[in-house]
Amino acid sequence: MAPGISYPVEKGFGGGLILSFRGIGRRFASGVTALEAIDLDIARGEFLSLIGPSGCGKTTLLRIIAGLAEPSEGERRLSLTTDGSGHIPSGRVGFVFQDPTLMPWSTVIDNVLLPFRLAGRVGSAERERVREEIRAVGLDGFEGAYPRQLSGGMRMRVSIARALVTDPDLLLLDEPFAALDEITRIALNDDLLRLWEKRRATVVFVTHSVYESVYLSTRIAVMTARPGRIAADLSVELPQPRERTLRMSPSYAAICARVSNALEVAMARQSQ
Amino acid sequence: MSPRRISRLWRIAAPLAVGAFFLAVWEVAVWAENIPPYILPGPLAIVGSLWTDGPSLLGALLVTLRVTLAALAAAAVLGGAIAVVFSVSRILELSLFPYAVILQVTPIVAIAPLIIIWVREPFLALLVCAWIVAFFPIVANTTVGLNSADRNLLALFQLYGASPFQVLRYLKLPTALPYFLAGLRISGGLALIGAVVAEFVAGTGGAETGLAFRILEAGYRLAIPRLFAALFLLSLTGIVIYLVLDGLSRVLLRHWHESALEEGEE
Repeated sequence: MAPGISYPVEKGFGGGLILSFRGIGRRFASGVTALEAIDLDIARGEFLSLIGPSGCGKTTLLRIIAGLAEPSEGERRLSLTTDGSGHIPSGRVGFVFQDPTLMPWSTVIDNVLLPFRLAGRVGSAERERVREEIRAVGLDGFEGAYPRQLSGGMRMRVSIARALVTDPDLLLLDEPFAALDEITRIALNDDLLRLWEKRRATVVFVTHSVYESVYLSTRIAVMTARPGRIAADLSVELPQPRERTLRMSPSYAAICARVSNALEVAMARQSQ
Repeated sequence: MSPRRISRLWRIAAPLAVGAFFLAVWEVAVWAENIPPYILPGPLAIVGSLWTDGPSLLGALLVTLRVTLAALAAAAVLGGAIAVVFSVSRILELSLFPYAVILQVTPIVAIAPLIIIWVREPFLALLVCAWIVAFFPIVANTTVGLNSADRNLLALFQLYGASPFQVLRYLKLPTALPYFLAGLRISGGLALIGAVVAEFVAGTGGAETGLAFRILEAGYRLAIPRLFAALFLLSLTGIVIYLVLDGLSRVLLRHWHESALEEGEE
């Protein structure tokens, strides 16, 4: 295994884009087409949600964006500060899985420190950065706790802190809150928004909740299954910063209805 | 008393009561049926023999214990190392694992005479025999453990550009630790069995005689109470080895692994 993920990374290309996909497809060995003809441009600072029924390939698409899966066809470009080695530089892309995916044998602080440890940089500056990030996700006082001593929501916060600790340009989240209860989920939605507003990283967020996607995103891509395609691309014109009261507003409800409708149309077309 | 304390009390008291009852029935039966001690000695006669032959039996026990512990240490180190090599190279695992199985399924009694002929140094010969019996559970368990790393964590390590050594050091080895320790607990008992079997086969080959040979000798001389006393010491040794390894496992895994959690703890 080569260190890092081989990927066409460039120093920067036009239009303030961070990512540009043309005709990306992915077929499994079984012959199933997971993704077909995906064209996707993501601008710097966008909060993009990928939404769709299960099996529509949104997780596969996210893994291709991260370089964890290879496309079978198409052209992909990623614009990051790069060393020109053709690899994603360590820590420029953060990934949060559906499960917290923590190392159970390590404390909170060692889990968040992992990206630095793997980059071979574990100095006092990095340790200070880790403490700061643990505070930012509201876990101060739990630095020495082990994952099993934490609730599901707290574990997810650790996972988010680990993804953010290297200040990534691109943050990828794969249904991170799907397994959490409603109250924890709403709290973490707000925390994620605050962290995004503060740093202006580009976020790609996979979810199957219409309400969550509208509340969080500046843009929503609706996907369909068999084959996985992007059926609709909607921009979410709601005021920034997002506040909790927004969830009660008519404009929020209107956009939710639009997204739900686009999802229904897409699924109806798919079942034909 | 809290329910948990009562349950802990039961866990100690219940087996003790069963044991005491069994010993009492045994003693009474021997006395009532007038069974001669060279057929079946009563528990009191065995305790008496333990008292008189104790010091010399303890010396023999030390000999056996030295072989057992050395074999267990070698099994832990070499077994762990073999498992790591297997996890690094799939080709090596595929080509060598069947031979590890062959070594495991071949009865040690059958190959011990060969080993004793080939390895001139008696201590080393016994060590090799006990090691052959003890190493397999560690290799098999640790291999499974090294291959059980969380797939998403593996992806994350890849994303952060981890080297193969880093994946091994920070992900695969910690994942494998509970499996290794489970193997070690099994191997502890097997190392003792291997040492005893090897001593049976070797006879008085060495200058010092272990507990197994004392059992054989007591059998030949119909010194059955002494035989039982030696047997008792062997069982006790096995139990102590198990408890020590179990305690080691609990200490090492106490923070994170389900197997080391106290009852009722979340």
